[in-house]
Amino acid sequence: MNSFLNTSRPPVFCPGCTHDRITKSLDAALVKLGIPDNKTVIVTDIGCSGLFDTFFNVHALHGVHGRALTYAAGLKLADPSLNVIVTMGDGGMGIGGAHVLAACRKNLDMTLIILNNFNFGMTGGQYSATTPSDAQVGSEFLNQAEIPMDICGVVESAGATYVSRISGHDDGLSDELVSAMQYKGFAVVETLGLCTGRYTKRNQLTPKVIDQMIEQRPSPGGMIARNQRPEYGERYRQLAKEKGKFPEPFVVKKQFDMPDARRHEVVILGSAGMRIVTAGDMVCFAGISGGLNVSIKNDYNITVLRGQSVSEILLSPDTIGYTGIESPTVVLALSDEGVARRQKIFAGLSSDTYVLKEASVAIPDTPAQVEEIDFKAMKIKKTDWALASLAVLASQKRVLNKDMLVFALKSRFNEKVFNLSMETVEKIL
Amino acid sequence: MAFVFMEGNEAVARGAMAAGCNFFAGYPITPATTIFNNMLQMLPPKGGTCIQGEDEIASMGYCIGAAMAGKKVLTATSGPGISLYSEHISFAIGSEIPLVIANVQRLGPSTGSATRGADSDIQFMRWGSTSGAPVIVLAPKDAKDCLELTVHAFNFAEEFRCPVFIASNKEIGMTKESFDMDDLNLPPLVERTPYTGSDPYVPFAADPDKAPPFLPIGGKTLVRQTSSTHGPDGYITIDPQIIADMQQRLHTKLNAAMDRITLYEENMVPDTDTLVISYGLTSRAVTDAAAALAERGRPVSTLSLKTLWPVPESLLLEKAAPFKRIVVIEMNLGQYVNEIKRVLCGKKVDFYGQMNGILIPPAKIMEAIENE
Ligand code: SF4
Repeated sequence: MNSFLNTSRPPVFCPGCTHDRITKSLDAALVKLGIPDNKTVIVTDIGCSGLFDTFFNVHALHGVHGRALTYAAGLKLADPSLNVIVTMGDGGMGIGGAHVLAACRKNLDMTLIILNNFNFGMTGGQYSATTPSDAQVGSEFLNQAEIPMDICGVVESAGATYVSRISGHDDGLSDELVSAMQYKGFAVVETLGLCTGRYTKRNQLTPKVIDQMIEQRPSPGGMIARNQRPEYGERYRQLAKEKGKFPEPFVVKKQFDMPDARRHEVVILGSAGMRIVTAGDMVCFAGISGGLNVSIKNDYNITVLRGQSVSEILLSPDTIGYTGIESPTVVLALSDEGVARRQKIFAGLSSDTYVLKEASVAIPDTPAQVEEIDFKAMKIKKTDWALASLAVLASQKRVLNKDMLVFALKSRFNEKVFNLSMETVEKIL
Repeated sequence: MAFVFMEGNEAVARGAMAAGCNFFAGYPITPATTIFNNMLQMLPPKGGTCIQGEDEIASMGYCIGAAMAGKKVLTATSGPGISLYSEHISFAIGSEIPLVIANVQRLGPSTGSATRGADSDIQFMRWGSTSGAPVIVLAPKDAKDCLELTVHAFNFAEEFRCPVFIASNKEIGMTKESFDMDDLNLPPLVERTPYTGSDPYVPFAADPDKAPPFLPIGGKTLVRQTSSTHGPDGYITIDPQIIADMQQRLHTKLNAAMDRITLYEENMVPDTDTLVISYGLTSRAVTDAAAALAERGRPVSTLSLKTLWPVPESLLLEKAAPFKRIVVIEMNLGQYVNEIKRVLCGKKVDFYGQMNGILIPPAKIMEAIENE
């Protein structure tokens, strides 16, 4: 192939616009590279650099402002064999900054060409993230109150493995683009150019001035030694391969006759660290093994190591509709924090409700039947109180029985934890 | 009976895997995070890709790129994430990119309450994009629905090449429930139609009531994709007729298939004068309320919508016709009821809604039904 340019859609840039030269250099680079047209995709951003995809006969994706790198990453992850090229302007660099930084840290094998022409050409020459403070631009004085960012400096410190800066008028541009595309990793090429339609009308910027700018701040020169590391896609696939087996859902069959096969609403009131959620799951596994439908909701603080931990469990021979607690049949009061969280329910409990309360926990007045148990005196650690109270329920064949509890523990725990938990259970049963 | 026990979010992930999903990108957000966690366990062993985006915008961008390379993609978030998804939802609608978005809704506005449920985004999912072109929104009522509707969502996304939302809720996503795997009713899988014609591929050429056939970026044939207003060739156009046809097709491709897109459950009780319409989790409390009312000798009929958008207008008209009164119950202060009033124009439509971070109890629903 001697050109990838789309002859039916020639470039439409303003006369003298550096984008025109970059288009031709990119074409020359693609020819030198010799990759088939259907193995290259050009992903473009918004603005005049966003027109690039239309000038080439390769795969093309043009999207929303600043997000080009995100589509490019999706494409590359989905099809690692693709040569992925992204074009964006200094505008896209500014608005899509988070994506540029993320792409630098990831190091997917893609080439990002940032066509820096120091302003927003398409919308009228407003200042961008790279406009010098002393430039005359379409946003009045606003650029004077800010400083421009150094694209190469930023991407290098963000971890880009290949970074270069080059004039769009440099005869070596196509070779530079070839080495960027050949480089295996995230390559960023910042081209400096003229926006004749807007910027150079009011600012003295010429190819010569651009050369001076590059002399003052030379290109990092391509490969960044200190950032070298494996390509993201390869690393990802290697790590993913080491990932274990597909987690099949845990299936429970009915195997016990529930001692008390009616609707139960169980509320466990405890604190973080008391394994309330685990105990809740145990009640559910036990219930399912008894042929019941179950649902459970947990209420704990976002800061998981502190505060209340409350489980609300429904068990029912019928399909469960409303999943809120309406009239609890069993309340396990295991910590003051937990009780405080559901303080309001106590006065409304029915006289049939069974409340099991640890001796150290205070509860509001309630018409329910209250039984007190002193786990501390039984030398049961606080972290095991929830489990111990399930053993109390099992001893009374309330909600569950011993077989069901043992089954639940066995299904959820490994052998070591199971044996430890059985030590607690045996103290009660 | 083979009971499984999982939260709605895990069920969404299992539904996605059953549908052949092979790409996920998302950003952590309560109450949707466990979908991401589950996908991270499930995709790698099956050779799929699961990544965490640097933000929600990027997550959608990764999904769009992967979908255009031919992957079946899922992402998951909650209200604040949907806000950030918006620009890419518009892109996916206008440029016909198949993707499934699980929205585990929480109480808004804004950051609202991370751990409190509400059906906050029912209108937002439909209208939170530019142009007004339609999307599909499916509302599960429980974990089993999460699994089944996610498979439907993938099927619809593939066939119609548009974003499909799962309108879940914190109270489903983070509630673990048992259900019988033998009861699962999964539809046969639908894949996007590949282009097989002998003429050169024109990426957006399609019948007026269909999505265009698909070829992936990276395949043998060159493919163009663009977020800009485009003609069938995928290049920008200003031709009013071409624009009008493309715009119209985005609507027609869904409207023409409404019968298949419309999913619902009903319980029509003879000789009742009231139809209670609800969706999602709330419909379960409605079922309880209806059972209790029947016991009291005041039976009502119920209709629970699973497809919310496009609004199943013919279904609503047909089902509501025999009833004197419609009662709509929603876990917000009135969003979907506006659609029902629009469609059932002239009918008596009463409403009860609640937005206080807790579920609507059956007793409140009974009150709303009894307070004529
Ligand atoms: S406005 Fe500037 S960047 Fe755009 S085409 Fe004209 S010269 Fe080039």
